Amino acid sequence: MSLDPATVRRIARLARIHVEEGEVARLQQELNGILGWIEQLNEIDVTDVEPLTGAAHMALRMREDAVTDGGIRDALLANAPERAGDFFAVPKVVE
Amino acid sequence: MTALTDLTLTAARDGLARRAFSAAELTEAHLAAIEALNPRINAFITVTAERARAQAAAADAALARGEGGPLAGLPIAIKDLFCTEGVRTTAGSRILGPFVPPYESTVTAQLRRDGAVFLGKANLDEFAMGSSNMTSAYGPVANPWRRRQDADAVLVPGGSSGGSAAAVAGRLALGATGTDTGGSIRQPASFCGVAGIKPTYGRCSRWGIVAFASSLDQAGPFARTVQDCALLLRSMAGFDPKDSTSAELAVPDFVAACGRGVRGLRIGVPREYRSDGMAGEIERLWQQGLDWLREAGAEIVDVSLPHTKYGLATYYIVAPAEASSNLARYDGVRFGLREDGADLTELYERTRGAGFGAEVRRRVLIGTYVLSAGYYDAYYLRAQKVRALILRDFTEAFREVDALLTPTTPTAAFAQGEKMDDPITMYLNDVFTVPANMAGVPGLSVPAGLDAQGLPLGLQVIGRPFDEETVFAVGSVLERAAGFDALPAVRAGVPG
Repeated sequence: MSLDPATVRRIARLARIHVEEGEVARLQQELNGILGWIEQLNEIDVTDVEPLTGAAHMALRMREDAVTDGGIRDALLANAPERAGDFFAVPKVVE
Repeated sequence: MTALTDLTLTAARDGLARRAFSAAELTEAHLAAIEALNPRINAFITVTAERARAQAAAADAALARGEGGPLAGLPIAIKDLFCTEGVRTTAGSRILGPFVPPYESTVTAQLRRDGAVFLGKANLDEFAMGSSNMTSAYGPVANPWRRRQDADAVLVPGGSSGGSAAAVAGRLALGATGTDTGGSIRQPASFCGVAGIKPTYGRCSRWGIVAFASSLDQAGPFARTVQDCALLLRSMAGFDPKDSTSAELAVPDFVAACGRGVRGLRIGVPREYRSDGMAGEIERLWQQGLDWLREAGAEIVDVSLPHTKYGLATYYIVAPAEASSNLARYDGVRFGLREDGADLTELYERTRGAGFGAEVRRRVLIGTYVLSAGYYDAYYLRAQKVRALILRDFTEAFREVDALLTPTTPTAAFAQGEKMDDPITMYLNDVFTVPANMAGVPGLSVPAGLDAQGLPLGLQVIGRPFDEETVFAVGSVLERAAGFDALPAVRAGVPG
């Protein structure tokens, strides 16, 4: 499976990363190099193998459905690149 | 008397206890070393001198009352991936350049609880993605070690915890925290001639650590001795309800485990690690390590980890997939860098295009691709199945043996600028360390010898899940037998 320039642009769009047109060829070469190297996994017979999602050898815990945090509005907003009153501000989304 | 910057953590703790010197003096000695050497090594992105002085004064007061915690007054460096309340935390990225966390990570909170003094935030590869510290947006780190020939060449400290390892090797800190997703503690420890352990997944809380690949990330310590690592890990480890994968287990006395010895233990040699291309001096050091353990009473056993050779390729699907998801939060809206755009999508794309460096972008793109519709089964699902087989290999090996011994890295430290042309050449650095992350088992790197150029080489001890005690026992025996006392060219107290 080899990526063409259009696929590189599509992935960048999905990842919400701006890529200059002049960078596409190099990215295509690098990504294809990595994906080609990964192809070695096709040698392995994985029939009837259950996928492993993580290394934690445990089930997730349940906890009380209770509020344990909050009341930190100013701390949350302190790092905002732009705020309007008590809100995070972004360019207009809905026309 | 030994210079204060040359002490082990354990010796410094003992010196503080008998009032041979104060925590203030110990911290000043390290701040002076940082001032003298950080311009050359670049181990710290942020130095928190005033905070460190205040923490040292508090430690002196506590010690005077007879109340100091187990790390009271001991100055250490914190990888700049741990959120520290009120202190800028960059993750080595431009995108977090302006970020000052309003909260403290669990691991650093526990170190503070036990009295440690934080000298500052240590440099790292951007978002911990790298094996050379060359991807940091805050400049590369210089390894304090130099080649015997070509002593002008500046070598990398390894990565991603390159600043942490270099700070400990160069005597800028008595110890440091790191994180290890595919080798990011063990590989730099090996390159810098210090000890470092990645504990079992779940042993240290991930809460407040900037996430890279959540099913692989694990925090651990660096120090100049195995016992010092044990001392730090004791404080860093422990159950935390704020991390859903934190293990609800008591923290053993890791320091006591260092003295257990290896008599009667069975040590496995994974035959698949013995690749045809292995450098002769790495092979000889490995054999030497096995001989040391045999002489100390261990039995050496051949074992097979047949899927280990697929560890790295599996890693480069799983880790980027998780990274692409974790890094989706950096969108320029609630914190961090923002680049304006005509609409919200363009704001996201411009912010992330400008905020992420080349390696992070590559990995986010790979991760996005292997998770995308039509490719998920072929890449991501298959990688998770191979991961299950890798874990099965370890589980079966640990029925036969108590620990495994391998080299930590395929080579000693390389020069800045080397291995930069092709991403895969850089990735191969982690070929011996990645399998332990895939399986979640603990791994320790111990400095064990020098290569022909006088550069340090490490041996890796891998243990059963939550059996760091055996890992520390084996590591301590190797450390005593190796008697590693070589010193880096660039270090505190050496004119240069």
